[in-house]
Amino acid sequence: MSAVLTARDFASEQEVRWCPGCGDYAILKAVTRALADVGATRENTVFVSGIGCSSRFPYYIESYGFHTIHGRAPAVATGLKLARPELDVWVVTGDGDGLSIGGNHLLHALRRNVGFKILLFNNEVYGLTKGQYSPTSRPGTRSPSTPSGSFEAAVSPCEFALGAGARFIARAIDVDKQGLGAVLEAAHAHQGASFVEIFQNCIVYNEDVFESFAGKEHAAERQLHVEHGKPLVFADGARGLAFNVATMSLEVVDASAEAERVLVHDETNSTVAKLLISMKEPDFPVALGVIYRKPAKTFEQGFYSSHATGMKRTAKVADALRKTSTWWVG
Amino acid sequence: MEGSQDIFAESIVVRFAGDSGDGVQLMGTQFVAATALSGRDFATFPDYPAEIRAPVGTTFGVSAYQINLGARPITTAGDAPKVLVAFNPAALRVNLPLLEDGALIVLNTDSFSARNLAKAGYSKDPRESGELDGYQLVEVDLTHMTLEAVKSFGLSKSDAGRCKNFWALGLVLWMFGRELEVIEDWLGKKFAKNEQVREANRAALHAGHAYGETAELAAAMPHLKTDRARFDPGEYRGVRGSEALALGLAAAAELADRPLVFCSYPITPASPILHQLARMGDLGVGIFQAEDEIAAACAAIGAAYGGAIGVTSSSGPGVALKTEAIGLAVNAELPLVIVDSQRGGPSTGLPTKTEQSDLYLAVYGRNADQPLPVVAARSPSDCFETAIEAVRIALRHMTPVFLMTDGYLANAAEPWRLPDLDGLEPIRTRSLEAAPGEDGRERLFDRDPATLARPWVTPGTPDLMHRIGGLEKDIRTGHISYEADNHQAMTRLRARKVELVADFIPDQTVERGPDHGRLALVGWGSTWGAIYQAVRQIERTEPGVSHIHLRHIVPLPKNLRELLERFDRIVVPEMNNGQLATVLRDKLGIEPIQFNKVSGQPFQVRELVAFIRKTLAGDQASNVVPMAQGERS
Repeated sequence: MSAVLTARDFASEQEVRWCPGCGDYAILKAVTRALADVGATRENTVFVSGIGCSSRFPYYIESYGFHTIHGRAPAVATGLKLARPELDVWVVTGDGDGLSIGGNHLLHALRRNVGFKILLFNNEVYGLTKGQYSPTSRPGTRSPSTPSGSFEAAVSPCEFALGAGARFIARAIDVDKQGLGAVLEAAHAHQGASFVEIFQNCIVYNEDVFESFAGKEHAAERQLHVEHGKPLVFADGARGLAFNVATMSLEVVDASAEAERVLVHDETNSTVAKLLISMKEPDFPVALGVIYRKPAKTFEQGFYSSHATGMKRTAKVADALRKTSTWWVG
Repeated sequence: MEGSQDIFAESIVVRFAGDSGDGVQLMGTQFVAATALSGRDFATFPDYPAEIRAPVGTTFGVSAYQINLGARPITTAGDAPKVLVAFNPAALRVNLPLLEDGALIVLNTDSFSARNLAKAGYSKDPRESGELDGYQLVEVDLTHMTLEAVKSFGLSKSDAGRCKNFWALGLVLWMFGRELEVIEDWLGKKFAKNEQVREANRAALHAGHAYGETAELAAAMPHLKTDRARFDPGEYRGVRGSEALALGLAAAAELADRPLVFCSYPITPASPILHQLARMGDLGVGIFQAEDEIAAACAAIGAAYGGAIGVTSSSGPGVALKTEAIGLAVNAELPLVIVDSQRGGPSTGLPTKTEQSDLYLAVYGRNADQPLPVVAARSPSDCFETAIEAVRIALRHMTPVFLMTDGYLANAAEPWRLPDLDGLEPIRTRSLEAAPGEDGRERLFDRDPATLARPWVTPGTPDLMHRIGGLEKDIRTGHISYEADNHQAMTRLRARKVELVADFIPDQTVERGPDHGRLALVGWGSTWGAIYQAVRQIERTEPGVSHIHLRHIVPLPKNLRELLERFDRIVVPEMNNGQLATVLRDKLGIEPIQFNKVSGQPFQVRELVAFIRKTLAGDQASNVVPMAQGERS
């Protein structure tokens, strides 16, 4: 009925107000392109966000949008999906919004497997409030609230998601057009909650915090793009990941000399997912792409199938009033 | 034949009391079922502890169920019980001070062991200490008789003992001359698949009833009698506040022809509404048990954003957590109903006791200037109408609305003449569609001049894509705006929206008494029954005393000030420290006399009567009464 939409059709007329050079621009571009590529419609697409730089996102997408309150976007989106399961809902959040003030809602949205996409822009810092350390900041992060360096352990977003029971976990870098695009399309195709961590560069308060692996010159050595059914290799195929049974952990091996030991990615294996997510530089590369995907019944499916009438009104209140014993006077 | 010990009265207050596990609440509700069918008016008050199963035999574990029944209009569960059934010494000790002089006390003597007496804090057996002189005692070895009655059913000793509430119920029903059929029907349905339990309870019920009959022969058992009440013609049922509220929300959804999404986190005493609605799926109702109070409010907002009727429900501590989300609904101009089943506070306070102390929270308790309408239910059956009214305002004015109820209303029951639903006006909402070729978004914030409400445009509507949120918006376009003049205008608009609700609510009427006079009692919420009864009692000797009861607190009815000015004195009785009094001072500039009770217990009629008399006798010029005067010594 309507013409095919392009990425441009999903860009709103609102003036974008992120800092020049912010990684969010690249993500916005990738998302509008993905929306066009998957054939989304503007009226049935809804972006719901909380508070923070990332949460400005809905203003810039030509769709329905709800800029809610700090940390609560998953809860608002859950109510929306419950009432309107047919809508294509995206939740946009950040490391502070999603894992600090809204950690509880993120946990339960993932556990319930509510059918929306969760894009968590991780920049390891509070940007909108001017640079305080966040729950994903590495220990030692100097910030206005931690002048001598933070001392708290950081939360790993994907490990959190896996622990919460997420059925789709993926990771991408803001400026990696191809990798991010593929992950967004996969997230959209997934039935249930899809959790996507996007490494996002905050040019003002935490510039280049991911440079060690996100930088072009380190990409080959430090990025491992996983693909279901393909060997887990990086460094242009020179090195691969193997499982060391003695230490119950991964190790990096020469992919040609020990080719038979190189693991083949199984995206349905949560143990492998845990090992991939937890890999730390510099000994290991950073795993990117769809790390875990194992669909299960969604929250909406459960809600509507367990509901007596699938939310349809099949009875009258006038009769419901009389379900108990009544008596007549006069 | 009536013995000299028989009781015949216009109304009789009965109280059942025992351990949490004695089945006292069930006994009460079954007694109510039999009372309702006998044509008496009634009001009930379950008074239970916060502990689910407190240590057996302790005073803090005592659970009670009170019912006031009779021929006259019954509006409260009664001040002082005339009949007490006490399952153990602790129940006797806790409830004795409440009783009317000369009350009839049915005691389970099996429980009067030295150990139980000690647990209740009795150093001597009260039956021997003279403490019970002046009361009419009926001593029954209830546990023993129950075990005898059910021994042929092969239940374990503890299961058999659990039938004693039905034994006691049988006895009390005999005293009141009631039939057993309605109870037997209930047992048949409840234990349709458990013949052993069903038959054992039936046997216990009959045994208790037969015991009354046998003892009557020995003239040892009194009859209790009241006349039938005069009800308006119609079809009736018994209803608890939580049931009526749930049905009212469902009725509102039917009137608006939209689904209802009810989002809640378990909390006492609000949870029964969630449980009720969970069984109303066929009325287009969906429930969502959220991970916390904030999520419950947010999910209701999300559902409303999607075009459903979003309702969230809690008690004070939970509502406090929801306040930021309520602000979002104010700013985004989405309909939302927040049900507050008030309980004793502050903090966790008295979860199972009743109070009216969240009025400040509803009226004033949010950051920034964010007014919203507040309505309050007055009685169990009134929860139905008030719930419809709350949804109606929310949808018509595109605003969150507070619906105030309390722990007393949630659990109390009364007869309810079933309303004619066909006579209710449908709830209309205003949506928007873009004409072909038109940029309909220019009309997204075209407000209804009568309400200033924006159209309700939900995702999925073609060509009207737009963004809403918590940031201040431009008054014309809805886009984000930080303009100074715009914020001033939006703040005014939000206030005006709520003021305009007053154009849609009826003028305030007088519940009872003349429309001018010496003194008006102005109440809100569950104090309705006690205030009404107090005025009824006093009007013959003290003319010029009236009862005015508010359903709409924000905004107040337009004629309220003019109405109140026709009285010499305004008394505001409240189960808080003076919150409605503050609102009346604030909004109307009047200076009411406060009568405050914050004990976790409802007002007693006699307390109100005494206060009215004292106030009428007092200095005409003075209308400021120290708060301490309102408290019971």
